[in-house]
Amino acid sequence: MSDNPYQDGRGNKDASITNRAGMGQIEYRPEGEARPAGPGPFLIGEAMTGGYGTGANILNDCTISVEKGEIAVIVGPNGAGKSTAMKAIFGMLNLRGGSVRIDGEDITALSPQARVPKGMAFVPQTSNIFTSMTVEENLEMGAFLRRDDISTTMEQVYGLFPILRDKRQQAAGELSGGQRQQVAVGRALMTQPKVLMLDEPTAGVSPIVMDELFDRIIEVARAGITILMVEQNARQALEIADKGYVLVQGANAFTGTGAELLADPEVRRTFLGG
Amino acid sequence: MVGFLNALVVFLNFVFVPALAYGSQLALGALGVTLIYGILRFSNFAHGDTMAFGTMVTILITWWMQGVGISFGFLPTALLALPFGIVITGLALLGTDRGVYRFYRQQKADPVILVIVSMGVMFIMNGVVRFVIGVDDINFADGTRFIITAREFQELTGLQEGLALRTTQVLTVVTAAIAVALLFWFLNKTRTGKSMRAFSDNEALALLSGINPERVVAVTWLIVAALATTAGVLYGLDKSFKAFTYFQLLLPIFAAAIVGGLGNPLGAIVGGFVVAFSEVMVTYPWRRVLSHLLPEERMPDGLVQLISTDYKFAVSFIILIIVLLFRPTGLFKGKSV
Repeated sequence: MSDNPYQDGRGNKDASITNRAGMGQIEYRPEGEARPAGPGPFLIGEAMTGGYGTGANILNDCTISVEKGEIAVIVGPNGAGKSTAMKAIFGMLNLRGGSVRIDGEDITALSPQARVPKGMAFVPQTSNIFTSMTVEENLEMGAFLRRDDISTTMEQVYGLFPILRDKRQQAAGELSGGQRQQVAVGRALMTQPKVLMLDEPTAGVSPIVMDELFDRIIEVARAGITILMVEQNARQALEIADKGYVLVQGANAFTGTGAELLADPEVRRTFLGG
Repeated sequence: MVGFLNALVVFLNFVFVPALAYGSQLALGALGVTLIYGILRFSNFAHGDTMAFGTMVTILITWWMQGVGISFGFLPTALLALPFGIVITGLALLGTDRGVYRFYRQQKADPVILVIVSMGVMFIMNGVVRFVIGVDDINFADGTRFIITAREFQELTGLQEGLALRTTQVLTVVTAAIAVALLFWFLNKTRTGKSMRAFSDNEALALLSGINPERVVAVTWLIVAALATTAGVLYGLDKSFKAFTYFQLLLPIFAAAIVGGLGNPLGAIVGGFVVAFSEVMVTYPWRRVLSHLLPEERMPDGLVQLISTDYKFAVSFIILIIVLLFRPTGLFKGKSV
């Protein structure tokens, strides 16, 4: 996985002395400072180049930007670096080139946890809930940094996902796939983010639940929250997107509004199956 | 009927009460191990020596207190020294974390490497404790020794057998109960405690929620220092302090944590009592209990002791193996396997 000798367990999987469950994959990075930056799009990862650890570059001069209140969607073939681009914007890998800016601030040097108070929220594709904690505790943890009254936001989340209200004392790990996804999005919304980043929110859920989730995401965007999303279901995602990015091999291949990309014959032929 | 009561009193006096006290000490120790396992994700081999270190500090402060004439009435002076012992042990653990463990955490080292690292810490702590306080048995309990002596009990009840209740035994159980209640309240009701559970559950997501991992780790070490020092001091009061004994305590403590289900605090407590009761019951000569129950002609010749106390660690091993074979996740669902 990596060439760091400290990460080589030499095949030891003995769970009676080591606990791998819930181990994070996020690399450690020293705390950096945010610097003021000039005007530009609300959120932009500009000319990002980098990969995991000291490994090969996955992103090559990749640029993703989104304006306030818009929905931006990243699509592309498997292994194109879609999720990696998203993680790079959230600081989950060390960039070797390029910068990330939000709301007139350069946050390239910040660790992921330091980006949360800047108004960013991220919903990973997998293990995106605290399975051993109740739904309510999951939402509370989302609001960990907030010192004000969180009950209003919690009501809003319950309003958006009514089923969670009924299940709020249940362990989140006992819920169905679609409900887990709702908990994951709900947890992210509890920070009252300016930008909500979703990594394949509809992966592994049924088509009905998927439509439902897309509707909810549009609802969130209407409330003024900027949305950046990676999606496998390219066609459906582009339909609701203000802006679409097609990535190939970690670089921008096509960029345009969702409608433009859907109409582009080249994009249709290569990515949308005709 | 009187025979049965006498047998019961012998059982309580030699098995139940000692095992209850020992179980409480193991439970406190196992809680520390289980917390480190859950949050820092490795089995801390230095735990026994952390207990020894905390107890050593507490003993030194106790001696100083006794020297200047501070006492705690009928309770042991060590109880007054305990908070100071906890604070100093906490600082020592935070120092160890900063000097040793943090580097490996930042490298995102494989947990098994941290296990080996903790072994190194174990040897150093062990050496420090032996160097500072020596290798001999140290008895530092003072205050009233008994709440009720065997003789008083006999006079009170008119029974042939006596039930002695030592202050330290009662103290151990009460202190352990308070510590456990506080810990559970902390983990389930407070913001910091919940963030620790969240970190244990899913490190990456905890980070994405803005939880500062360094803070979680620091709080964990402080709680572990409190639990380990308390466990060590209670064990020392109940029996005596000896650096090597504390090092050996690692085995029943690990057994307790694994039997209960690693990473599960409730399991650690149950595991502690399971190990303690098995150890005491298997190594206790039952002859005296039986002598009140069986008629003279049916009495066995031997001591009716299943194994010698010299082999008491074998009990922990056997329980460990049985549990790992048939219920690898422990009695309560832990995280292992």
